[in-house]
Amino acid sequence: MSQTKLPGWRELPIGSVITEPGNTAKLSFHTWRTFRPVIDKEKCVRCGLCWMYCPDAAIVEVKETYVTKSGKKYEVSYEVNYQYCKGCGICANECPVKAITMVEEVR
Amino acid sequence: MGKVIPLSGNSAIAYAVKMCDVDVVSAYPITPQTTIVEKIAEFIANGELDAEMLHVESEHSALSAAVGASATGARVFTATSSQGLALMYEILFIASGLRLPVVMALVTRALSPPINIWCDHSDFMAAADTGWIQVMASTNQEAFDDVIMAYKLAEDPRVLLPVMTAIDGYIMSHTIEPVEVLEDKDIVLKFAPKNFKRRYRLDPDNPVTIGPLGSPNWYFEFKRQHYEAMKVAKQVFREVVTEFKKVFGREYSELETYMLDDADIVLVSMGGLAGTVRAYVDRARKEGIKLGAIRVKLFRPFPQEEIAKLISNKKIVGVIDRALAPGAVHGGPLFTEVATAIYLNKVDVPLVGFITGLGGRAVTFDHISEVVKHLKKYSEELRELPKEPIFIGVRE
Repeated sequence: MSQTKLPGWRELPIGSVITEPGNTAKLSFHTWRTFRPVIDKEKCVRCGLCWMYCPDAAIVEVKETYVTKSGKKYEVSYEVNYQYCKGCGICANECPVKAITMVEEVR
Repeated sequence: MGKVIPLSGNSAIAYAVKMCDVDVVSAYPITPQTTIVEKIAEFIANGELDAEMLHVESEHSALSAAVGASATGARVFTATSSQGLALMYEILFIASGLRLPVVMALVTRALSPPINIWCDHSDFMAAADTGWIQVMASTNQEAFDDVIMAYKLAEDPRVLLPVMTAIDGYIMSHTIEPVEVLEDKDIVLKFAPKNFKRRYRLDPDNPVTIGPLGSPNWYFEFKRQHYEAMKVAKQVFREVVTEFKKVFGREYSELETYMLDDADIVLVSMGGLAGTVRAYVDRARKEGIKLGAIRVKLFRPFPQEEIAKLISNKKIVGVIDRALAPGAVHGGPLFTEVATAIYLNKVDVPLVGFITGLGGRAVTFDHISEVVKHLKKYSEELRELPKEPIFIGVRE
């Protein structure tokens, strides 16, 4: 997003009107992050607390069959949508089994 | 075309609002504006105007409601004075920034303290940088005509800016003059048609977001657009007054001149005061003084090239302000505009600024005579021009 050329003043609709409803979904918030949450699917117990607590609904529940090395079988996994994740760390803080690590973003 | 009836400036504005078939009126009472909205309420109660009247709890809300209504595409009107305009300040920027063609009548009144309900132009001048188009009338007929022209100008798709039409508190608002009131609404609406379909508005079938966040990546571009719209507004104003003359026969201009061509000394003023100046010019001419006058009708966008051209070959020009901006480069806001205009247009003409009539103090021939005396002195004696305003009519 930040790489694309933004329109000049003559091209924009007047009065700062947004003519395309819901286009906020196209925005990316990845530049807001200093740390990114990384979920360890081995440690994760699929409790869904991160999904529930995420203020930006950036944790997504993915339907997949996952068997851990210790033989536990899950039908869902949790993943991070890095387009919307602002790196607040609430998920890592709430995780009861410390399955989420905040890893520093390197640019 | 119309019927000539005796009307106060405020009533004249109310009649014009009726003729423009306004959809929403939101206002809060404040002296000396109140009788405008009272008269409109009467029109609505009598079934003469089909409009929604919003009684709100403050001027901040009055303009906010007008902004909301205008965003839906409605033709809206509000009116205020002095402290009321000051309370609207935040929303003045919202209305102009969102490019909503709100029309507001400002009945000029001094700002407190001390509390004063009488005329001066300090409220009008304080709103000069809010991005509104500003016009000031000098007769009640003009007050009526200005509202009709304001809708045409504001709603022009090339402009889309709010317009403030000002009159002098009491001196015009409560003084009765003969006003030709147009009776055929169709002619008025043909002149100033409602063209809400040609602008962005809150419409469930075509949803848009009005008033979003604009980060540093976006904000600047919209201000650049606003600047351009003001520039275009000057051209459109010309078109509007030209067409108004064609349809209704009365002629207006951004700068109204009087006995200017052969004048040596020129007085620049605004509002009702310009009428006094004009009458004084007649008297001075009889005494052999080559006096002329310019009345600034359009203050925003300011007709800078035009005024510089008009005064370029004059001996001396006096600018009379009925407002005070303490601490500004010069205390008179109109003076500052004219001085900048002559600088930008490389016109070398001596300019002297005067401040008079604050808080409704009457400005009489004696005062204008004093102004002219000062100007004669400065033009004849080649003295250094004063850098500060000369106060006329204040007790020492």
